[in-house]
Amino acid sequence: MKMKPLLALLALFGFSAQAQNRLNLTEGVTDVSNRVYDLHMTIFYICCVIGVIVFGLMFISMIRHRKSKGREPAKFHESVKVEIAWTIIPFLILVGMAIPATSTLIAMEDTSDADVTVQITGSQWKWHYKYFEHEVEFFSRLATQQEQIQNKFEKSENYLLEVDNPLVIPTGKKVRFLVTSDDVIHSWWVPDFAVKKDANPGFINEAWTRVEEPGIYRGQCAELCGKDHGFMPVVVIAKEPAEYQKWVEETEAEQIAAREREQELLDMEMSMDELMAMGEKIYNSTCAACHQANGQGIPGTFPALAGSGVSVDPEARDQHIDIVVNGVQGTAMQAFGQQLSMQELAAVITYERNAWGNDTGDTVQAADINAVMNQ
Amino acid sequence: MSTVVDDIHHEEHHDHKPSGITRWLFTTNHKDIGSLYLWFSLIMFFIGGAMAMVIRAELFQPGLQLVEPNFFNQMTTVHGLIMVFGAVMPAFTGLANWMIPMMIGAPDMALPRMNNWSFWILPFGFAILLSSLFLEGGGPNFGWTFYAPLSTTYSNDSTALFVFSMHILGISSIMGAINVIVTIMNMRAPGMNYMKMPLFVWTWLITAFLLIAVMPVLAGAVTMVLTDKYFGTSFFDAAGGGDPVMFQHIFWFFGHPEVYIMILPSFGIISAIIPAFTRKRLFGYASMVYATASIAILSFLVWAHHMFTTGMPVFAELFFMYCTMLIAVPTGVKVFNWVATMWRGAMTFETPMLFALAFVILFTIGGFSGLMLAITPVDFQYHDTYFVVAHFHYVLVTGAVFSIMAAAYYWLPKWTGHMYDETLAKLHFWTSLISVNVLFFPMHFAGLAGMPRRIPDYSVQFADVNQITSIGGFAFGLSQLIFLWLAIKCVRGGEKAAAKPWEGAEGLEWTVPSPAPYHTFEKPPKVE
Repeated sequence: MKMKPLLALLALFGFSAQAQNRLNLTEGVTDVSNRVYDLHMTIFYICCVIGVIVFGLMFISMIRHRKSKGREPAKFHESVKVEIAWTIIPFLILVGMAIPATSTLIAMEDTSDADVTVQITGSQWKWHYKYFEHEVEFFSRLATQQEQIQNKFEKSENYLLEVDNPLVIPTGKKVRFLVTSDDVIHSWWVPDFAVKKDANPGFINEAWTRVEEPGIYRGQCAELCGKDHGFMPVVVIAKEPAEYQKWVEETEAEQIAAREREQELLDMEMSMDELMAMGEKIYNSTCAACHQANGQGIPGTFPALAGSGVSVDPEARDQHIDIVVNGVQGTAMQAFGQQLSMQELAAVITYERNAWGNDTGDTVQAADINAVMNQ
Repeated sequence: MSTVVDDIHHEEHHDHKPSGITRWLFTTNHKDIGSLYLWFSLIMFFIGGAMAMVIRAELFQPGLQLVEPNFFNQMTTVHGLIMVFGAVMPAFTGLANWMIPMMIGAPDMALPRMNNWSFWILPFGFAILLSSLFLEGGGPNFGWTFYAPLSTTYSNDSTALFVFSMHILGISSIMGAINVIVTIMNMRAPGMNYMKMPLFVWTWLITAFLLIAVMPVLAGAVTMVLTDKYFGTSFFDAAGGGDPVMFQHIFWFFGHPEVYIMILPSFGIISAIIPAFTRKRLFGYASMVYATASIAILSFLVWAHHMFTTGMPVFAELFFMYCTMLIAVPTGVKVFNWVATMWRGAMTFETPMLFALAFVILFTIGGFSGLMLAITPVDFQYHDTYFVVAHFHYVLVTGAVFSIMAAAYYWLPKWTGHMYDETLAKLHFWTSLISVNVLFFPMHFAGLAGMPRRIPDYSVQFADVNQITSIGGFAFGLSQLIFLWLAIKCVRGGEKAAAKPWEGAEGLEWTVPSPAPYHTFEKPPKVE
């Protein structure tokens, strides 16, 4: 019973903190983000003071110096002294602003001596995280249901700001991010870290953070990257170093085990029903953003799979696998070979060849994928 | 030859002009061409505005309601292109055509036939751009900044039409700019030396040089996009040795001077209107000229402040931050000069003055957010959020568009020979002033709270702010219909305007009757 008022108080605090954040920049949870916030507020207040003076004089003039009050216009129209003063004074204010800005910027760009390094790769429309110190890598996609976006279900608290696999980093350690892209330019942004870095295809950018507080931090892609630009959030979980260590080792073990299992699965045959059920799920989460759930694509932008192209050509099964595994150079079609397991690839290709009345009757097994990959 | 004979014929009979559609198609008269530009820009303002209404309607609530994300992106892209190249720039060219010859005592623009052409290719350019929306796959959807490789490898085939349309708009702008420069340099009336020119003429002269300098850069950028997409080049593709960030350097080397192209003529307009309704000479004429020139020169040194997050070296970030902050100095000088002009004047508040005063305050607010954006470490937080959207709409809508409105009200009596309806005009001003702030001010908060720009859907925390913004947007859109109604009404009739309807107005344009005769200053006036 004693907990209740405390919880209410916490909820209230949480609410007011949120309400505050809804109108202003976040102070964030790192030293750098605090410095950025302070800079922001300093410059904001300087602008306010200048604004009050300039607009104040303007309003005094507008009220007092009216023709309707019988004013005779004054004759002055220049004054070298005044003009020099209002050139020099703003210049000095600017120098005053530039000094803290410069030192903060230099601190932000110093990515040396990192404890943990994560490579972040953007692609339409998901993030991929790869840890340098461990054999851990995974994709991170929007977890909000389509039905919420289409207004069929009620929107959850973290609507559009939730992912299936969040990035996990340790607290109190300097984490370096190497940011790049597989297709168009994206931008990886977490406001609480004051980190926003463009992901440029073919180039690697560096950024870093040191988070002191454990917690869940949310951000979004900040650079227009095509149709679903609004639907590729970033979620980072900061854990205490011991917890982080436990997580990363467990995940590493799981991923190694999964890769071994995949090799064993190569000899296994799956039935058409199993393939179709699994394929439909993967198609809807991975392919439907472009090719649409009904396989019709978007004319002129993303080709249809239903009733056309390699998906219905009985001779073109291997070509179909090749396209899905390796992508199509010079188009938006990505290489999914590294994104999906062989089993998943087999299932989704089977699905594409048999759904929407395509009915080729082909099944594709993991071994077929392996054959194309090793050609 | 017959046109030459016709021209001679015209000069003999002052106000004789051809009638019907051919008057407008074949006109070489600066006033006709000015009117064409102004009407064209008003039409484009409404088309681009309609697209903004689609954007605001979709953003009224979280979730996807009205349009698909792909169409939403086409709306943001084409809204931007139309407002920049179709509404604001042609409006300024229209004002230049109408006013510069009359302000410097010249009979017409220096190159009248080119003038005709530079207008008449515009409707074709925009027809191409707008028609691309109806193609399979839709029109351009990569933002008005068309960053590669989204606009190359990953774009649809409407990109080719987008590129051709940009070329046409660029050619039109360059021809217009050449005409302005040649006119100002060669056709000033005797005694009209450079330091006697009205500031509108000065700011346009500098703007025209900016245009000639950067429109070819834009043409180069779109051409490289075209060849990257269709002819296998790799300017912006790392796989072929190119660099997508190079696109941004090229684009913003055009893009930053471009934003000054859209604001310098405003400075000229405001510098004409404030003294007229203050009944006092402009304070610091010479420093206004020098400030404009410094802004123009600095505009070539700040382009990468649009690109702080692209991963530039620290040295470059510092250089571009310092240069950008420096721009605040000459811009501040201008604002201080306007306030000093008002100080101890005898003000009246007709609609042109109201828009000019609103311009000074709201443009300065846009300048403040611009200064905040210049600070690189903080820009990392602001960049590509609604804070940026708020900033550039403050300088472009309450800046450039408000100054164009002020200019229209100021010179409508001269153009039409009628006074506009002051009650309607005041209604237009107050509804616009209130709604534009309801529209754009909350965007600052959305951006600071972390809402990225160019997204068709947003997390629920931004719902309230977006709803308010959308309501302001619809109200601002509707308010502009008042202006359309008022302008048509003023052209068709109204109280007869005197040659100089504003007590404190200065300049040669007020020495000719209202409406200005078809041909003015065939004999140059004498300027004291």
